[in-house]
Amino acid sequence: MKWMNELLASEPASSNLFTFILITMPLLSIVLGFVTYAILAERKVLGYMQLRYGPNRTGGRFGLLQTVADVLKLLIKEDTRPKQADRALFWLAPVIAFVPSFMVLAAIPFTESILFADFGVGLLYFIAISGISTLGMLTAGWASNNKYALMGGMRSAAQMISYEIPLLMSLIGVVLFAGSLNLVEIVEQQQYVPYILLQPIGFIIFFISATAELNRIPFDLPEAESELIAGYHVEYSGFRFAFFMLSEYVYLFAMSALITVLFLGGWNPIPGLGFIPDFIWFGIKFSIVVYVFMWIRATWPRLRADQLMEFGWKILLPAAMANIFLSAILKELFF
Amino acid sequence: MIRTEEMLLNVGPQHPSTHGVFRLVVKVDGEIIKEATPVIGYLHRGTEKLAEDLQYTQIIPYTDRMDYLSAMTNNYVICHAVETLMDLEVPERAEYLRVIAMELGRIASHLVWYGTYLMDIGTTSPFLYAFREREMIINLLNELCGARLTFNYMRIGGVKWDAPDGWIDKVRDFIPYMREQVKGYHELVTGNEIFLNRVKGVGQYTQEEAIQYSLSGANLRCTGIPYDLRKEQPYSIYDRFDFHVPVGETGDAWSRYLCRMSEMEESLKILEQAVDQFPEGGKTMGKVPRIIKPPKGEVYVRIESPRGEIGCYIASDGKKTPYRLKFRRPSFYNLQILPKLLEGENMANLIAILGGVDIVLGEVDG
Amino acid sequence: MTEENENKPQQNEDISSKSEEAKPKEHENQKQAPTNQEDAPTAESDEINQSSDRPPKADSSETTSKSEKPKRPRKKRTKKDQPPEKQEPSPNQPLLDHYVKMIKNSLGDDSIEEAFVNRSSKELPTITATPKSYFSIAKLLRDHEELQFQFLSDLHGIDYESHMEIYVYLYSMTKKQSVALKVKLDRDNPVIPSLVPLWKGANWPENEAYDLLGITFEDHPDLKRIMLGEDWEGYPLRKDYEPYDVEV
Repeated sequence: MKWMNELLASEPASSNLFTFILITMPLLSIVLGFVTYAILAERKVLGYMQLRYGPNRTGGRFGLLQTVADVLKLLIKEDTRPKQADRALFWLAPVIAFVPSFMVLAAIPFTESILFADFGVGLLYFIAISGISTLGMLTAGWASNNKYALMGGMRSAAQMISYEIPLLMSLIGVVLFAGSLNLVEIVEQQQYVPYILLQPIGFIIFFISATAELNRIPFDLPEAESELIAGYHVEYSGFRFAFFMLSEYVYLFAMSALITVLFLGGWNPIPGLGFIPDFIWFGIKFSIVVYVFMWIRATWPRLRADQLMEFGWKILLPAAMANIFLSAILKELFF
Repeated sequence: MIRTEEMLLNVGPQHPSTHGVFRLVVKVDGEIIKEATPVIGYLHRGTEKLAEDLQYTQIIPYTDRMDYLSAMTNNYVICHAVETLMDLEVPERAEYLRVIAMELGRIASHLVWYGTYLMDIGTTSPFLYAFREREMIINLLNELCGARLTFNYMRIGGVKWDAPDGWIDKVRDFIPYMREQVKGYHELVTGNEIFLNRVKGVGQYTQEEAIQYSLSGANLRCTGIPYDLRKEQPYSIYDRFDFHVPVGETGDAWSRYLCRMSEMEESLKILEQAVDQFPEGGKTMGKVPRIIKPPKGEVYVRIESPRGEIGCYIASDGKKTPYRLKFRRPSFYNLQILPKLLEGENMANLIAILGGVDIVLGEVDG
Repeated sequence: MTEENENKPQQNEDISSKSEEAKPKEHENQKQAPTNQEDAPTAESDEINQSSDRPPKADSSETTSKSEKPKRPRKKRTKKDQPPEKQEPSPNQPLLDHYVKMIKNSLGDDSIEEAFVNRSSKELPTITATPKSYFSIAKLLRDHEELQFQFLSDLHGIDYESHMEIYVYLYSMTKKQSVALKVKLDRDNPVIPSLVPLWKGANWPENEAYDLLGITFEDHPDLKRIMLGEDWEGYPLRKDYEPYDVEV
């Protein structure tokens, strides 16, 4: 997509703005479509794992319009705000949480041709931007002026800081092997062997940290329903709540896409099955990752805050470091 | 120097993990609990006061609403108290029906506990698995008495209805099925590393403390005291069954979990024997005067409910209504130890401890 | 509003008439009480138990008769049957004697008001303590090597219009025996030492008795109205309590 890069480098003009909006619209609608149906899929998968049907009324037998109806309800709901809340921050928090989740999508290559910004430090960009969302949660927890929300916000800050580090370190192995931070190049390096086979430890650490970053069970402490009711977004309702919900699922989308790209070989087909188009390959791998996330959610209990910290600092971090050394040695010897 | 401040947090009366309207005023330093004060009474309906104007049979439906998860045992305790006071004999068939109903109720109650406890810990699936089996039990009891939760099944001197045709066989078929399911629950949860980390060593107390605080049921047995009234002071026909009382060793949430899980298996054992010994034919109501007027005197009986020792005290002045009726409600007594257990724990443990005590607020508040 | 106002006095009358009815019967109870020690009254009550079994037999045979009729023979029969049937002493009588001996040995003869085996309550040894010795008897029951009642099963209060009563049910896990400890209190000023220093489990039950009956427990660490809240007027389980809602 050379023209895209050229466009990005071009001088600002109103026609350019129009083109940008036109180009991003399909991506945004794909993402929103994904979010809509990811929520439905999650409810369906959880439903079938838990001996129930999940949504099955709105929109035919499979409840295809259930999420649409839910989102619509959230949008037209009254926007309530606690009297004692910090007005400006309360308004800002969902935005801070939401905007980065869409920003990271720009860096992800879906296939060789469907990608938006092919820049050198794509991986770094992804991790850096996604870290901002934590700030949104912390802000929300503080601004709500609710004790449960505050605790949730604090928990999320602590959790994000301690899991961002192993997350990043587990990636260094991949970067070492690929010799690049560019996501497209990383995918191209995996043409024959996906990195999940070369970097199994890195993959496991990354997957665990990613679950923590996504605030999903067993790491859903910031919004632990049975303890903190809903954590940082307990005071939010209507479309502000929808923003949090949306950013959560967009991150699920982004994180699954990133795992597909980094460890599962992106759009590369399994050798011999090259006749299947690359975007389908991407879709299959991506769906498997998303499914595993849902599966874990249906099965595991939640960690305790102190155990979470202990696990992050005492197990994941040393393991990630060891993985870097191991990768470096392997790289020196075999590649 | 950073100035820190203790925060006063109201857990409840509306909170997903208090299992009803229970309020806990918690003083927290960050997430560490400095002091916890339970506030109860939100569901106080004055059963004991209401009972003063009710005839004995009319009181039975009120007992359903105390411990609404095991209404059968509550039914039984008041009937047993009046029967003891009047020295009534209950026909064998009725006793067997009572025992079967109570043991089914015990399993159903433990299933709810199992499901909700794991829900508190953060896993959602076991809840629905447990409720699948509970639904079957409730359907069985529904066939027996026509209600799903507030059974109002037992009467002074017997039971209201005889078992419908083929009901006993349905219970018989249910037993092996349930055994398999209990194994399944263990596979689903018991070995889970996260779960073990959450419950092991949490909310621990010693035997002496448990007795000091008048704990009963699994809360007492988890410390290793084999105190089960079905064995200790057999009532009804429990002396005819062969079962053992599961005890824990450590007195923490983990041993309470194991105790309750094996109690389900023991209940299945009792059910199996009861179904086998179930008498052919016979009456379901003993000879009871039309208007129940116990003689002057007082009586205190206690039986083993799923939550512990439930007692019923009646002081009768020879009239149709009790002069004073008092229920010894196990949840009420068991909950007293909570402030002690919570001190110095963090918020996540609060839920694990409170859930492990297994309270029913209808019973706590009477 | 007017209706309610009209209703209220009526109700007051009801209550007062009720309590008048009940009072004389209570006195009967009291009269019986002292003689309990000689086992005779318990025997009497037990005969009532047994006889209450019989009338239904008559009922079933005389189903055609009016509902009032079977009642009368029942009463007559109990009176007739009383003298000939001599009650065997309760199997728990030796236990009770033992307890009483232990208590009297260490606390003096006047520490126990009365002691009897409550035959209608599964042969339960019942000891009535004097308010003064209540706490020390409880302590003795818990700590004495030959008694060891370490488990407090129940504690509650009863309002017998002439007096208040506390009923404590204790159980010995080591000896597998139970005992009921009672104490009678002055109704106008029901004050009694708290058992919390002995059993922490007595905390909430005593609160409940305080809340619903207005019995004050001395040295209780946290005496509060646990169910109803501090602003509730009156003590619902007292017999002269006026319900707030007339309809209920």
